[in-house]
Amino acid sequence: MEELSALFHGFSVALTPFNLMLMFIGIILGVIIGVLPGLGGANGVAILLPLTFSMPPTSAIIMLSCIYWGALFGGAITSILFNIPGEPWSVATTFDGYPMAQQGRAGEALTGAFTSSFVGALVAVLMFTFLAPLIANFALQFGPPEFFAVYLLTFCSFIGTGKGNPFKIIASMMLGFAMAAVGIDIVTGQLRLTFGFTELLSGFHFLVAVIGLFGIGEILLSMEEGLSFSGHSAKINPRIVFQTWAKLPRYWATSIRSCFIGCWMGIIPGGATPASFMSYGVARQMSRDGGKFGTGQLEGVVAPETAAHAAGTSALLPMITLGIPGSPTAAVLLGGLMIWGLQPGPLLFVEQKDFVWGLIASMYLGNIAGLIVVLTMVPLFAAILRVPFSIIAPIIVVICAIGAFTVKNNMLDVWLMVVFGVVGYVFKKLDYPLAPLVLALVLGDAAESSFRQAMLLSQGSITVFWSNWLVGSLTTLALVLLAWPLFTALRERLRAAEQSG
Amino acid sequence: MNNSKEAAQRAVRIGTMDAIVAALIFTLGALVVYESYRLGSGWDENGPQAGYFPFYIGLLVCVSSAVVFVQSLLRFKSDMRVFVRQDQFGQVLVILLPSAGYVLGIQLIGIYVPSAVFIGLFMKIVGKYSWLRSTAICLAVSVIAFLMFEVWFKIPLPKGPFEKLIGY
Repeated sequence: MEELSALFHGFSVALTPFNLMLMFIGIILGVIIGVLPGLGGANGVAILLPLTFSMPPTSAIIMLSCIYWGALFGGAITSILFNIPGEPWSVATTFDGYPMAQQGRAGEALTGAFTSSFVGALVAVLMFTFLAPLIANFALQFGPPEFFAVYLLTFCSFIGTGKGNPFKIIASMMLGFAMAAVGIDIVTGQLRLTFGFTELLSGFHFLVAVIGLFGIGEILLSMEEGLSFSGHSAKINPRIVFQTWAKLPRYWATSIRSCFIGCWMGIIPGGATPASFMSYGVARQMSRDGGKFGTGQLEGVVAPETAAHAAGTSALLPMITLGIPGSPTAAVLLGGLMIWGLQPGPLLFVEQKDFVWGLIASMYLGNIAGLIVVLTMVPLFAAILRVPFSIIAPIIVVICAIGAFTVKNNMLDVWLMVVFGVVGYVFKKLDYPLAPLVLALVLGDAAESSFRQAMLLSQGSITVFWSNWLVGSLTTLALVLLAWPLFTALRERLRAAEQSG
Repeated sequence: MNNSKEAAQRAVRIGTMDAIVAALIFTLGALVVYESYRLGSGWDENGPQAGYFPFYIGLLVCVSSAVVFVQSLLRFKSDMRVFVRQDQFGQVLVILLPSAGYVLGIQLIGIYVPSAVFIGLFMKIVGKYSWLRSTAICLAVSVIAFLMFEVWFKIPLPKGPFEKLIGY
């Protein structure tokens, strides 16, 4: 097959000592970025982009994409050990990862997370290699109704499969949408919900919200019991690694499902964040141990991590083939490509074979290297973070403040971070889920514009969402998921009535 | 002794907070609905107006928060769970208020000096470390941050009079 020979050529490009060194540096930097709350994958890549200008483009993109993988891996470390998601897409990993750490099974959780990430990324890269042209064609068929249907599905699955009060989930999600609506309306150019604050012209940035809600909010929560907060120790020795590896094949179905969800969400610009949430929700629904999710189930770590990495990797596919970034970090990488004078698109495959296949080869190598690096260096990263809380709490606040500021060089964002911190604290205590809020904030604009464009196409008829088999099935599935809790509640009532009657 | 025991007893109940927060969220929702209505929440010849989407979102916020509010009232007598105790709340304020002060400091004199002060004071007063340790670590963090952002990566962070003195 032509692709295989091109791939081998790509390996020869990637396997130079210089590029290999860059790979390792990139991964280590990436993990550090992923571990520190606030520096973010997209942020980190953006910060380090100028450093790569002096390198040849192939080497530069190899290093940058390794930073990307490193950040994908690193986000899991703080999620599991500290319940602070280093990245938005590692939020779902905290649900079961942190309870596992609390039970002393941090090593197991970390191994599970990293291995699942590796598997997810590997599957995505394999798919990338062979299906690139096909996928590109299919994605071209996606119009606004299809995009909106996918978003609807994500959100409805949240409400449908969520534990706890569905009204709190809805309230939280809608608040996220409302925040997403703040700023300049793209279509009409009007200012919405800014109430005279010029700093709100560009709206609320999800990075600021995430830093505040999860970073500051978590610190506030942890301070309640005084300074007894400390990260859980991560004993990760070969024995634990092999033990966990022995357990993982049990979850093959979850893994495959999550790979699918991840690849799907990565290609159609959904991104790693919704992929990880959706995968978690679906896994919880479909697993035998679904009810135990949230108490420290290994499966609850496998699902989101596999999906997030599959999505993060496949997000590069539309970026390279169509010039459409599938995630914020992919968007930054796209910017880098254009700065180097490389035009993403089908022509890239033809004109810059070295570059594209070198990149694809480095995706394989980078993931293998990444897995090795994280498995061996986790105690080091974890040790850094086990510094006593009275030192680390203010340092985290400082880093969060820096992170919040560098998003838009806007002082208001730092204040917003504090406000979001209080909100995060209160919401967590009152069981208002934060994940739907963040998700709605991230995808709100995209969801709204797809909706409006779809409505415009259909001249106001809502039946556009059932206009073909693809969008119709997506929409119907979404509505079914939405109504699911109602359905199960009714069933419970009927059963109870039967038994007592 | 007695004081701290009392502090551990005095608490705010979840029911109370639930109701208050639901009411606050309702107000936010109402604000969104009002603003969307003002912008125009129907259709014009170009399709949905700017306020169309936010209007229904605001509506959903109001409806869901109203339900939560009613739920919290119905369960008020029976739900005895605590939202936060006074002593816990005190601990939260220990980091929240200095953090707010820190952000104010950033706004006024840049980020590097307040960072050092914040970390140093926190270590000294809350962590009860010695002056030597606190100063050493807080200065180290600040200097490293300065080198990383101003010198190496050239990412502009808020600066103040102190940084101007050394030429930045």
